[in-house]
Amino acid sequence: MKTENQKAWFFVLPVLALVAFNALIPMMTVVNYSVQETFGDNVFFWQGLDWFQQILRSDRFHAALGRQFLFTFLILIIEVPLGIAIALSMPRKGFWVPVCLVLMALPMLIPWNVVGAMWNIFTLPDIGLLGYFLNHVLGINYDMTQDPVAAWVTIVTMDVWHWTSLVVLLSYAGLVSIPDAYYQAAKIDGATNWAVFRFIQLPKMKTVLTIAILLRFMDSFNIYTEPFVLTGGGPGNSTTLLSIDLVKIALGQFDLGPAAAMSLIYFAITLLVSWLFYTLMTKDDQN
Amino acid sequence: MQKRSIVPIVYILFLMLPIYWLVAMSFKTTNEILSGFSLFPQTFTLDNYATIFTDPSWYWGYINSILYVSINTVISIAVALPAAYAFSRYRFLGDKQLFFWLLTNRMAPAAVFALPFFQLYSAVELFDTHLAVALAHCLFNIPLAVWILEGFMGGVPKELDETAFVDGYSFPRFFATIFVPSIKAGVGVAAFFCFMFSWVELLLAKTLTAVAAKPIAATMTKTASSAGYELGLLAAAGTLTIIPGAIVIWFVRNYIAKGFAMGRV
Repeated sequence: MKTENQKAWFFVLPVLALVAFNALIPMMTVVNYSVQETFGDNVFFWQGLDWFQQILRSDRFHAALGRQFLFTFLILIIEVPLGIAIALSMPRKGFWVPVCLVLMALPMLIPWNVVGAMWNIFTLPDIGLLGYFLNHVLGINYDMTQDPVAAWVTIVTMDVWHWTSLVVLLSYAGLVSIPDAYYQAAKIDGATNWAVFRFIQLPKMKTVLTIAILLRFMDSFNIYTEPFVLTGGGPGNSTTLLSIDLVKIALGQFDLGPAAAMSLIYFAITLLVSWLFYTLMTKDDQN
Repeated sequence: MQKRSIVPIVYILFLMLPIYWLVAMSFKTTNEILSGFSLFPQTFTLDNYATIFTDPSWYWGYINSILYVSINTVISIAVALPAAYAFSRYRFLGDKQLFFWLLTNRMAPAAVFALPFFQLYSAVELFDTHLAVALAHCLFNIPLAVWILEGFMGGVPKELDETAFVDGYSFPRFFATIFVPSIKAGVGVAAFFCFMFSWVELLLAKTLTAVAAKPIAATMTKTASSAGYELGLLAAAGTLTIIPGAIVIWFVRNYIAKGFAMGRV
């Protein structure tokens, strides 16, 4: 189908040059820092793999990594089923379709720090809509600056608010591509709603769901701005996710060596898990 | 009205609540916000917006953001088009590996790159320019644009290319006048996603700018800390950042759902 043509490389060259400039040079800088120690003034000392060993053994890194996995796990387990359920109940055609899509996509187009700031003023205990409602109408003691559980509930809710629509849009795109004939056939066979979902809708959504899960994994695993603005990693360290901790070490304490080693370990974990997801979800196709 | 349409309605209400709160706050005075809870603005004021539209340090934030986002979108699409064509039409040495490597760049946490980016763009003397932010955002936007465009191009039959060449079209002329217009929906979707991810990103944009190209989102964080809590002003600025996205999304509303669905995984 495709023709073999090595000249196609010329078409790819501009992309290669731009992405390489942005990816390879900073990556090499990070690698460079990760094996050296510096006391400022651009004086560096060879450090070998000490930073990597130090990071891999540090309790602080384990704790941040644990919180990061917990956060990403909660995000995926909530957003994916919820997104599918919403996509299934959306109208297939008519006036309301574009209205729904535009309204649903709106949260994704808000700058990330505005999302954080917006949820901050939304949840303020005495003057925020949600905070006031929980504290003064329902009588629940809610203050995310004091209570780690409240802080976690808030950042997870914020992310569900922010990104579930991505899963909805992708699932919906998969659903509308199913021809009516499939549903008619299922009706004649007397298939239940569950059977229709399991044997017609789910297989048709598989490709787009793979994209959705991969994107949600990568983006939630790398999340920084929104929780940083909302909770600043607190109370204590309870919502200090991996990126927040990394920025604290790199820019707060200016420990470039450990921060660089941590960056590389972080990137390697993201790559590994993405690859695992990808292989698991596309396994059936290859057989 | 069907029973199941209750689900999307409840979901959309949930999405709109924090946005409503932000908009409502932007019409309140800071005094009213701090003095207690009120569901609607009691003393409706446009002062917050007036401040933003008359103070250059505020409105230049918007102009800066829109400038670098536009430059980024143009660059991303311009270089992604030929690359996506190559991936969709030809086999060449290392094509699959290259495609995967491009996608891995979306997985790199921005926090990893912040400091090296600052050093790199200082070294090439682009620090604090719109071009610097636009180029830096290419890191994650180009792979995405290639991915989406390749999906759309795969849907165009190869016969189109062959017929055009038989008719005596040169490649550049065929590409510009026949091929690209035939996937304009795909270009729209790709441009939309480039706009979106460049508009919402802050960490790199903030790292690479100081004064001259400072994005609006960074202006907000600074004002919030230096002038105490001017919540009304902050809410107005936040509200204004939603508008460009809302306009763009309205134009591509019929294509957004298709965008990712046609990409290859």
